[in-house]
Amino acid sequence: MTTTARTDDTRTLVVRVENKAGVLARIAGLFSRRGFNIESLAVAPTEDDRFSRITIVVDVSSATIDQIVAQLDKLINVVQIQLLDPKTSVERELLMATLDAPTPVARREIIDLVQIFDASVLNVGFDQLMVSVAGSQQRLDDFEALLSRYGITELQRTGKIALSQLVKVDPTIEQNNKPTTGEN
Amino acid sequence: MQLNGAQAVIKALEYEGVDTVFGMPGGAILPVYDPLIESSIRHILVRHEQGAGHMASGYAHATGRPGVAIVTSGPAATNMVTPLLDAFMDSIPMVCITGQVALPAIGTDAFQEADTTGITMSATKHNFLVTKASDIPQVIHDAFHLATTGRPGPVLVDIPKDLVAAGNPNAMLDWYEPNSHDLPGYKPHRDVDFDAIAEAAELICAAERPVIYSGGGILRSRAAEVLLQLAEMTQIPVVTTLMNRGGFPDNHDLCIGMPGMHGNYTAVMAMQNADLLIALGARFDDRVTGDRGSFAPDAKVIHVDVDPAELGKVRHAHVPIAGDAREIIGAINDSVASLGGIDAQADRTIWRQTISGWQEKYPLVYGDHEDGKLLKPQFVIEQLRDASPEDTIVVAGVGQHQMWASQFWTFNHPYTWINSGGLGTMGYSVPAAIGAQVGMPDRMVWAVDGDGCFQMTAQELVTAAIEKIPVKIAILNNGYLGMVRQWQELFYDERYSETHLGADLPNFKMWAESMGCVGFRVDSPEEVGPTIQKANEINDRPVVIDFRTQHDEKVYPMVPAGASNSELIVDPSQRDA
Repeated sequence: MTTTARTDDTRTLVVRVENKAGVLARIAGLFSRRGFNIESLAVAPTEDDRFSRITIVVDVSSATIDQIVAQLDKLINVVQIQLLDPKTSVERELLMATLDAPTPVARREIIDLVQIFDASVLNVGFDQLMVSVAGSQQRLDDFEALLSRYGITELQRTGKIALSQLVKVDPTIEQNNKPTTGEN
Repeated sequence: MQLNGAQAVIKALEYEGVDTVFGMPGGAILPVYDPLIESSIRHILVRHEQGAGHMASGYAHATGRPGVAIVTSGPAATNMVTPLLDAFMDSIPMVCITGQVALPAIGTDAFQEADTTGITMSATKHNFLVTKASDIPQVIHDAFHLATTGRPGPVLVDIPKDLVAAGNPNAMLDWYEPNSHDLPGYKPHRDVDFDAIAEAAELICAAERPVIYSGGGILRSRAAEVLLQLAEMTQIPVVTTLMNRGGFPDNHDLCIGMPGMHGNYTAVMAMQNADLLIALGARFDDRVTGDRGSFAPDAKVIHVDVDPAELGKVRHAHVPIAGDAREIIGAINDSVASLGGIDAQADRTIWRQTISGWQEKYPLVYGDHEDGKLLKPQFVIEQLRDASPEDTIVVAGVGQHQMWASQFWTFNHPYTWINSGGLGTMGYSVPAAIGAQVGMPDRMVWAVDGDGCFQMTAQELVTAAIEKIPVKIAILNNGYLGMVRQWQELFYDERYSETHLGADLPNFKMWAESMGCVGFRVDSPEEVGPTIQKANEINDRPVVIDFRTQHDEKVYPMVPAGASNSELIVDPSQRDA
């Protein structure tokens, strides 16, 4: 898989914050005030309703990751910051798009792509299709590029969300071989 | 005990040990002012909310205890933005309570509504909008905890009117004494990294050209004593930044003074030529480093700061140590002592000679009085210094007068120098001096101000006169926005665009008298000493002296903005022919 320039300059932070009014504004304000750039941002409640999880993809050409983490950590409502290594994390992003499919041929081709990408058709109009796919950023970029020839009427992508990879080998069992971490 | 929210606010302040608050009532905060009548807390009624903020800051600077300001919503809260940011930049513990429109009115553009928490988000360490009356004791307890621990700073508590209004059932609560904090993201204390301490101690002992770069963190963490021990044990020279004047005694042999844009030659050059900078509670501010790329090019850096985000923010630290300055310096002292203390230090004979050579060749100087001309401002500062007690608290505004006060006063004690360092707020000194005097009633407090600064906040002298707060104000009146004029003279081809204020309007003596102060005007050097003497004998009301000073006098040395510190411009009399 090729790595885009975008991923070279970015890091993914998973930030656990207190679920209080204004927390997102504090984070956004910090980034704008310090000149840090956000590539993408996703906010959602967590398993514990006192906290929310914010996944931030930050541009580290604007500041060092250490400085970004240290400044974020100073926000009183930020409880924990996890810097995810792309090699050892599972990342997902969701894409939804409405496409022109005026002819049966176009419609057939789009549905083929949907099958290849393990995407799905969400809604069908008389001359349009609405599709969605979830996956890595690269996979979504590829899907979007392939769809573009059909005329994209509307397209939305969520920010990236991510979790650390799970341990593959039970650490209590002694192994001769070094534990390996697979792709996903 | 059932209380309403207003009573709870006052009780919570009493519970935190607050003895004085600075403020002004208004619509949304009105209910909170009612139980204040029965409280033991002294309230100082200001003339402008900005004054309340700077007074709280001056109080905190002088006493080490958090300063407290109470104002209403809307314009009062926005008037508080400057003092909050000022305190944030200089890490001053402050708690500000603002009134807010009633909860149901929030977001409706109600009368005197402002998004106070939104507006002050980047001007405070943290802020709170209270949404339940029963939260008031806890939130105020949290606010004081946040303001005074870790890296200190201002905290704002915004309280909607309906939560404090007597008679509103939503404003009633059962009083409780909060004794813990639910702040899961706030961990101000860090374990001491003893490996880093040991590494620092070794670097210190081995350095041939070390300098201790001591900043405002020394004062905030009450670390002046351990700093003195470190310097004396290692015999390493100490620079004291603008925020730490007095944190190491100026009259100590190892003190080489203030570094930076208007620092003295020795302090600037010692840092520039150092092989080790021991940065203690300092943050490599641009006014200290000049051009970053050429700042102290050969120096390794040990950086101690309570705020981990400062470590490596501007300058890479070879040994970064996050922690309270007093605790960390104490640990470094132990570690250096265990390596042999003074006997373990590298040979620094040449470094000491170099430094004393600079001190001899480039002391702080100014020209003699010229007949027919007005006063030399530096002379006025020296006269003030010599006529006032050694522990006098000196408070400055921002500009030339601030730099001269820092340069020519001799600060031998911590907490005797108060100024607006980071934000550079003109108009800071009058209210800050009042706050300092309220906190330290037995000490003499002199504000050294400029005529430009004075006109921004002078009305607070009415507050001081009514409250019988005997602050003393020395206006170095050159009729100009002097520092800006200096830049125009040096870097804008002497094109003086909009810097001339005029020395005669207002009539400062009459203005002072109309505000209930004693006013003097001094034009000649012979009058300087006697007038200061008279001022120092007055202790029942404020005094203002209008010193007429030469407008073309400049602050030297000077590093031009953006230039390397090596390009320091010294006084004309010290330049090579």
